[in-house]
Amino acid sequence: MLRPETQFILNGETVRTRAAQGMLVLDYLRDRAGLKGTKEGCREGDCGACTVLVGSADGDSTHYLPMTSCLMPLGELHGRHLVSIEGLNLDGLNPAQQAIVDAGATQCGFCTPGIVVSLTGLLLQPETGSPEQATAKALSGHLCRCTGYRSLKAAGVAMQESVGDRTGIDSLVAAGVLPDTFSGITPRLKAIPPRADPNGQPAAGLVLAGGTDLYIQQGAAVEQSPLDLLGQRPELHGITRAADHIRLGAMTTFEQFAGHPAIAGLVPDIEAIMEQIASWQIRSRATIGGNIVNASPIADLTIMLLALDAQLELASGSDRRSLPLRKFYRGYKELDLAPGEILNAIRIPLPEAGTRFHFEKVSKRWNLDIASVNSALAITVVDGRIEALRLALGGVAPVPLFLADTCRLLTGKLLSVATVREALEAVQAEIAPISDIRGSADYKRLLARQQTMLHFAVLFPETVPVEEFYAAN
Amino acid sequence: MRQIDAALHVRGESQYVDDVPPPEGLLQAAVFGSPLAHGRINSLDLTAARQVEGVLAVLTAADIPGENQIGPIIADEAMLADGEVHYIGQPVAIVVASSRRIARQGVAAITLDCSPLPVIVDPKEAFGRNEIIGVPRTIARGDVDAAWADCDLVLEGSCDLGGQEHVYLETQRSRAIPLEGGRLRIHASTQSPYAGQRMIARILGVPFNRIEIDVQRLGGAFGGKEDQATQWACVAALSAWHTGRPVEIVLSRAEDMRMTGKRHPYRSDFKIGLSAEGRILAYQVAHYQNAGAGADLSPAVLERTLLHSTGSYAIPNVRLFGVSCRTNLPPNTAFRGFGGPQGMFVMECAIARAAEAMGKPVAEIQRLNLLGAGDHFPYGQPTGSDYARTTWDQAARSYDLPAIESRIAEHNATHFETKRGVAVMPVCFGISFTTTYMNQASALLHVYSDGSVGLSTGGVEMGQGLHTNLAGIAASALGIAATRIRVESTNTTRIANMSPSAASSTTLLNGNAVLLAANQILDRLKSLAAAELDLPGPADVSIADEQVLVGGEPAGLSWTELVGRAFKARTGLSAHGFYATPEIHYDKATEQGSPFAYHVYGAAIIEVTLDCLRGTYTIDSVKITHDLGRSLNERVDLGQIEGGLAQGLGWVSLEDLQYGPDGRLLSPALATYKVPDAHFMPDDIQTNFIPIADDTNAASNPGPYGSKAVGEPPLMYGIGLFFALRRAMRAFRPDLDLPFVSPLTPERVLMALYPEGHVAFPPIASAVEAAHER
Repeated sequence: MLRPETQFILNGETVRTRAAQGMLVLDYLRDRAGLKGTKEGCREGDCGACTVLVGSADGDSTHYLPMTSCLMPLGELHGRHLVSIEGLNLDGLNPAQQAIVDAGATQCGFCTPGIVVSLTGLLLQPETGSPEQATAKALSGHLCRCTGYRSLKAAGVAMQESVGDRTGIDSLVAAGVLPDTFSGITPRLKAIPPRADPNGQPAAGLVLAGGTDLYIQQGAAVEQSPLDLLGQRPELHGITRAADHIRLGAMTTFEQFAGHPAIAGLVPDIEAIMEQIASWQIRSRATIGGNIVNASPIADLTIMLLALDAQLELASGSDRRSLPLRKFYRGYKELDLAPGEILNAIRIPLPEAGTRFHFEKVSKRWNLDIASVNSALAITVVDGRIEALRLALGGVAPVPLFLADTCRLLTGKLLSVATVREALEAVQAEIAPISDIRGSADYKRLLARQQTMLHFAVLFPETVPVEEFYAAN
Repeated sequence: MRQIDAALHVRGESQYVDDVPPPEGLLQAAVFGSPLAHGRINSLDLTAARQVEGVLAVLTAADIPGENQIGPIIADEAMLADGEVHYIGQPVAIVVASSRRIARQGVAAITLDCSPLPVIVDPKEAFGRNEIIGVPRTIARGDVDAAWADCDLVLEGSCDLGGQEHVYLETQRSRAIPLEGGRLRIHASTQSPYAGQRMIARILGVPFNRIEIDVQRLGGAFGGKEDQATQWACVAALSAWHTGRPVEIVLSRAEDMRMTGKRHPYRSDFKIGLSAEGRILAYQVAHYQNAGAGADLSPAVLERTLLHSTGSYAIPNVRLFGVSCRTNLPPNTAFRGFGGPQGMFVMECAIARAAEAMGKPVAEIQRLNLLGAGDHFPYGQPTGSDYARTTWDQAARSYDLPAIESRIAEHNATHFETKRGVAVMPVCFGISFTTTYMNQASALLHVYSDGSVGLSTGGVEMGQGLHTNLAGIAASALGIAATRIRVESTNTTRIANMSPSAASSTTLLNGNAVLLAANQILDRLKSLAAAELDLPGPADVSIADEQVLVGGEPAGLSWTELVGRAFKARTGLSAHGFYATPEIHYDKATEQGSPFAYHVYGAAIIEVTLDCLRGTYTIDSVKITHDLGRSLNERVDLGQIEGGLAQGLGWVSLEDLQYGPDGRLLSPALATYKVPDAHFMPDDIQTNFIPIADDTNAASNPGPYGSKAVGEPPLMYGIGLFFALRRAMRAFRPDLDLPFVSPLTPERVLMALYPEGHVAFPPIASAVEAAHER
């Protein structure tokens, strides 16, 4: 059977290929295109040495995001602009390159091209915050074992200062910051015909959303099997706001989720949380739907969505059904999902006024690490009484755990230190952590207690002061 | 001067082994590693692997034409397992195929039938069963047994120090190309081209001159490619030998992490005795080094541990014992610091314990006992300088340590949920290979008739800035622009018998060899210039800024003109320089000598903030005073200091190398083994240097142009993080006796702060006060 054709622009050249859809973009670049500037450091999205920019046409412009090419299927490039380090090179050095050279921020050089790609990617964003914040974002998914990062941070800031507030691709091309292959990309991308609509057809193969965990779990199998690339289905994208809920297409990426004003209304510190849980590259690929269906017991976003009382829209052909997220998990990686059924969208009900939300996560490394325990609480307190409460914990059970018993126990009670102490005991009865690489069972129980206490103490510091727990024994 | 390859690096144009366009017919190799940590091989079934389409060869120990042996110090390491396996991942068979994917498919089709044997992962258990490598070593000075009686306080303790994975971003790789006459050229990612050459010649049973190793650059190494790169060069070479075709091997990250050795975990027991005022009178330590299943470089690493076991301190009575213990882990190996960090860490633990017991600030005991100019190390070498105190005092003064202390005291008095801590970490690190004969190097310098220069040495560029330093040295010596100098790949046909690029000594050794070569050329050119300019002799001739000067004045003769004339005048424009570090020696029988050319000193002040409710922490700042000598290139040296620091900080905090009781690595990926990232490292990192004017020991420092080694010493600044955290933890729980277990992960921190577990909250005095105030 003939494989589907993937058509995209590689740096300046249009490429049409029938290479396997699941082939990693990294392998395509190095082995097929002979472009060796993109390096393989880990093949699991942790080091960033393989970072590329991927441009997607959006209206009259093309928006670029950095992605780890080691977790990206070639098929996802259809209709997009792939930019490797070679596609950024000018006759001289670009501002990112010059800043790194000047700051002495390259030593062995192996991680450097990927970092140049991410830093250059910053220049392509409409808004990035302060130079320091922006640099932190650009470096978030990169490991450098040589420099200790101070020089890289300095280079990132210097680069942004050297470019000033020049924005927009055309002005960057005109200023000699980007090669002129970037001009006129949008009409070229729009001229690429979309894939035949896969709707109504039986699933073409292994279902892949963002792939950021699937490739790590299944590796070579994904690379070689036929794929059903959900990312290529337009109807699975987009965030919409209704009177009583927010609807997220299942292929909403972490980056889109965190950047949407409707989400910021629910989770005020969503940007900070996102910075902790995933690098810029992973946020640009990982999807909300994938996070849920992957069913990791420690999935950060799923834990948040459990506390937000997310509802799933499941589809099988033209059949639709709705299911609360908390009923989706039956056991370790066992789902209430029929064969061929797809998660279409997630609906988050808008909470009652006065509802507060808090997320806690502890991992070995603060940034871009898998949690030992994570947790989220959404709580509505009226006149000192708990009207509604949803608590979810990760890393303490075979599934992302909604603590139904604890929630029931607390609902209707007066919020107080004594009530929270009851909650702490109830939580211990409801969880069953195991010892693994993320920590011992005892550690996870201790974290579960601390985080549960902290949810209340952070949200209600006057009513539930932390010191009380340590004072009266 | 900018890093010499920086422009290539940022453009992605620097070539690593597998970036060079593949030669025709390139095959790929993959290695089948032992699934068991210890066992007797009953049978190895290769049939299915050979049937995989695209597999060209499957090789085992029986296919090694020479000696199946690659142990660098002790011949105890088979290249491919034969009879028994001793660690999980130990190479047993090689599959050579048309692609990497197929080679790995072939590996997956191999089955090994093995009878399990007992597995040891703990070094003390190995010692108890007499599973030791080499001989135990003891360095002694004074009379430690008699000294305890004179002490006002004697304390004992134990430390458990974790290992460390190198995480060079470029995994191990090699490409072997068959040449005419049975020769092989191997492009290897190795710090030790000569070791590769030697071992390949040994396994193939051919003279060294049949094997050419070429190294352009390494994508990081940190000791992990000193002798551990040899295995993979041998795999490529053996595969090319059998197939007659070029063969490449590139390890995946998981293969690399599972199969290669790391920094040695240590378990150590100490005993320290002090006077009432805090002077250390006696110190005794026993280090049980977890060497893994083969010697590799472990005996040399252990030696450096012992030589650094008293850190920056003068102690009159010491007994330093160490033993390499054989366990069923991959053979552990060199890692930046090479055993020094473990020795110094345990010393600091002993001081911390003593200070805590005496109720004195740790820094007070540290400062009181720092080495002075008249002191001797336990192995008999005099310090020759006062730099331990100079660097400490400069750090304390320039960064205002008293102000830091009072800020922290104030924070801790007014905050319940977070506590802050500070530690000063002094570093004293000996420079030279402790194996004296290895302190030698060669350089080959060609001046081409157009005035450009080609320079070869035995040093390997691995990100440490060696090529930048060497080009700078040659340019300064010849009086020309560094841009004229091309530093060539490191190649065994141009430089013979080279020492590995290691021991912080690569610039010292190879830079001096470059100077010797450049000076030969310079002498010839000056004589020629004198003749051309009708001078009586070359005494007044010099070359600077690419011009011939006479008595300091330009003589109207440029570098290129001079070189052109020299060529026509049949002047030799190539030279070979050979350098051997003078005056170093060590006697292993008496454990006394002067093993080091000199010592590098420094001190770092590290501040942390601990989240006492979550067990997580933030490094607030690191402020360093470092003894750099006359820097060849401050940008390069700063990069070494900050990069070394990051690895040291990671070693004692995040980097949690875990093995199961069956010898299986539980953290075989970057998802489970976390190294410092940009967020982990503090934004506030400051470094200052000892002013050159104060460089009292410059005369004794043999570094090129008075420069000092900088590769390894800064790593040990990171140890201070452990003690800064410990101090913050004690501020929250002064009632607890905290263990010395590293790394201090957030899990270890929280579990140590809450021995009551999840059942009860600990009563904290400051919380009681805070609650009352409400």
